[in-house]
Amino acid sequence: MHSVPKHLPNAAAASTGTLRGRAAQQDPWWIRWGLISCSIAVLLVLVILPVANVFYHAFSHGPVVYWQNLTADAETWNAIRLTLLVAPVSVALNVIFGVAAAWAITRFRFPGRTLLTTIIDLPFAISPVVAGLMFVLLFGAKGYFGPWLQANHLQVLNAFPAIVMVTTFVTLPFVARELIPVMEAIGADEEIAAISLGANGWQMFWRITVPNIKWGLLYGVILCNARAMGEFGAVYVVSGRIIGKTETMPIRVGTLFEGGTSATYASSFALASVLTMLALVTLFIKIALERKTAADLKEAASIQQTE
Amino acid sequence: MSIVVKNLSKQFGSFKALDDVSLEAQSGSLLALLGPSGSGKTTLLRIIAGLESADRGSVLYEAEDVTHQSPKDRQVGFVFQHYALFRHMSVFENVAFGMRVRNRPGAEIKQRVQELLHLVRLEGLAQRYPSQLSGGQRQRVALARALAVQPRILLLDEPFGALDAKVRQELRQWLRQLHDEIHLTTIFVTHDQEEAFEVADRVVVMRGGHIEQSGSPQEVFDHPATPFVMDFLGNVNVFHGRVENGMAMLGALNIAYPEYPHAESRDATAYVRPHELDIERFPFGTSSLEVRVTQVNPAGSVAKIRVFSEQFGLALNVDLNLERYIELQLKPGDQVYVSARRVRVFMPNAPEYSI
Repeated sequence: MHSVPKHLPNAAAASTGTLRGRAAQQDPWWIRWGLISCSIAVLLVLVILPVANVFYHAFSHGPVVYWQNLTADAETWNAIRLTLLVAPVSVALNVIFGVAAAWAITRFRFPGRTLLTTIIDLPFAISPVVAGLMFVLLFGAKGYFGPWLQANHLQVLNAFPAIVMVTTFVTLPFVARELIPVMEAIGADEEIAAISLGANGWQMFWRITVPNIKWGLLYGVILCNARAMGEFGAVYVVSGRIIGKTETMPIRVGTLFEGGTSATYASSFALASVLTMLALVTLFIKIALERKTAADLKEAASIQQTE
Repeated sequence: MSIVVKNLSKQFGSFKALDDVSLEAQSGSLLALLGPSGSGKTTLLRIIAGLESADRGSVLYEAEDVTHQSPKDRQVGFVFQHYALFRHMSVFENVAFGMRVRNRPGAEIKQRVQELLHLVRLEGLAQRYPSQLSGGQRQRVALARALAVQPRILLLDEPFGALDAKVRQELRQWLRQLHDEIHLTTIFVTHDQEEAFEVADRVVVMRGGHIEQSGSPQEVFDHPATPFVMDFLGNVNVFHGRVENGMAMLGALNIAYPEYPHAESRDATAYVRPHELDIERFPFGTSSLEVRVTQVNPAGSVAKIRVFSEQFGLALNVDLNLERYIELQLKPGDQVYVSARRVRVFMPNAPEYSI
């Protein structure tokens, strides 16, 4: 019985403490409810309704018509094929660049290191249309390389190479930005240990570095891929929008939408719904990977802590 | 295999990490590089391993110059301060790594890993992951992994730095035992003088990128070559003063000092370890100093007493053995007398004199 009176004041103090703490964090009910309903309203009008509407329009005449709308004309098929080619190539280029950049930034100390970190983010800040224009200025008929390319019969602008280049440009930061914090947190210790045990650079990279960064890398790849498939502005400028040749999926959606007939209108919604589905799938994979990378970082932190 | 280091220098930017360092570790010996952080000991170890390159100087294993060899060709076992275990690999795969990258056959790897796990007493944990191990277990996995490549020498960077006191003590003794079994020339880095003295055959004390003193633990402890070594090897009481005419006048402490019979007065500093001071209730001899007890801490194997001399404004640490402490019945505030059994006097730019 001794412990009870001894305990009580403490418990009371503790509970008033938390009550006070909570009260300080809590705003009046009308502010809380006001903010919550505001956010829901904005989400509903700007996100949920439009997304749902795309699917509603696309499927309004049933899945069979939907499939016909999607596959009726060869040009739409062509756009899908082009996107499925451009995106993986850009992603691959980005993986190579991203790993190399993240490696350089986290493993070496060199002059211009912070500048490089900043420049990697530049494509996020530049409007895609402007990015497209920059490539036109370089590779167009009046651009720096234009005459030389023409003389050698190399087609860059209004063709596959330019589409890949601008897509790679606008997606450049994704992989590197994901990897830099992961590699920073994990540190170089394991890599140096591998070298001390006789591994060469290649063995060290594949057996130690890649397994350690794989979730972060995959996360970057997923985001990069989604952006690469959805890119419109930059591709719009450099592709020439040659129907059946240089139209990607988003460009094709635009062309069909402006087609003027109810058939093209329906097709544009069908194609848009494919892009939207892609976004939703990306979102779910992203959530799953975020948990994985968070667990990796937590483990890295806990190992460093116990040491 | 002996290790010889000749005139190594290494600079990081404007910081001189190593300045013309030479040393030799005899074949089969266990050598400790001891020093505070920034003394260059880890840099030296990494250069010996080939993980860092020197600006000048050379590294030899036995008679073979390995200065320009890769870590792989040098065949060293290196244990990292924070173990650097491969987090996505099991204990088995961690230990096997060095053999896997050398493309050894699977059966050989399996046998060798089992032998090593037995050696470091981790047989049952082969399938665990590093995150599931305690600090002491991780440390032993790191050691087994380093030994798996049949290294010619073993290098350990602060091997016990991250462990708690009890585990550290156990692992120290175990490392010494293991060394006696496998007889691999071993160099380890530590900032803990107790650890260096307990484990090593030879201790090399480093400071500011150069070697301050090297010798057996006994030699270094009993005959510190410089005030720095004296100070670094544990608690000391410092007295500043002068010497002349065979006398050292150190404020509170005036003692005969026949090693310096000259009339010319010179600056000197005297160092006395806490256990080299005695406490009496009454004045005794000529050199005892009147002090007041300020703090008494009898916890541990010795009683740590703090006393203060009002006359000289000087605080001293005294270690008494427990019997003596009980006999004296010391309490804070007591008036007592302190004398030194042993004093080391250092004069700037002069060798050590010991009384």
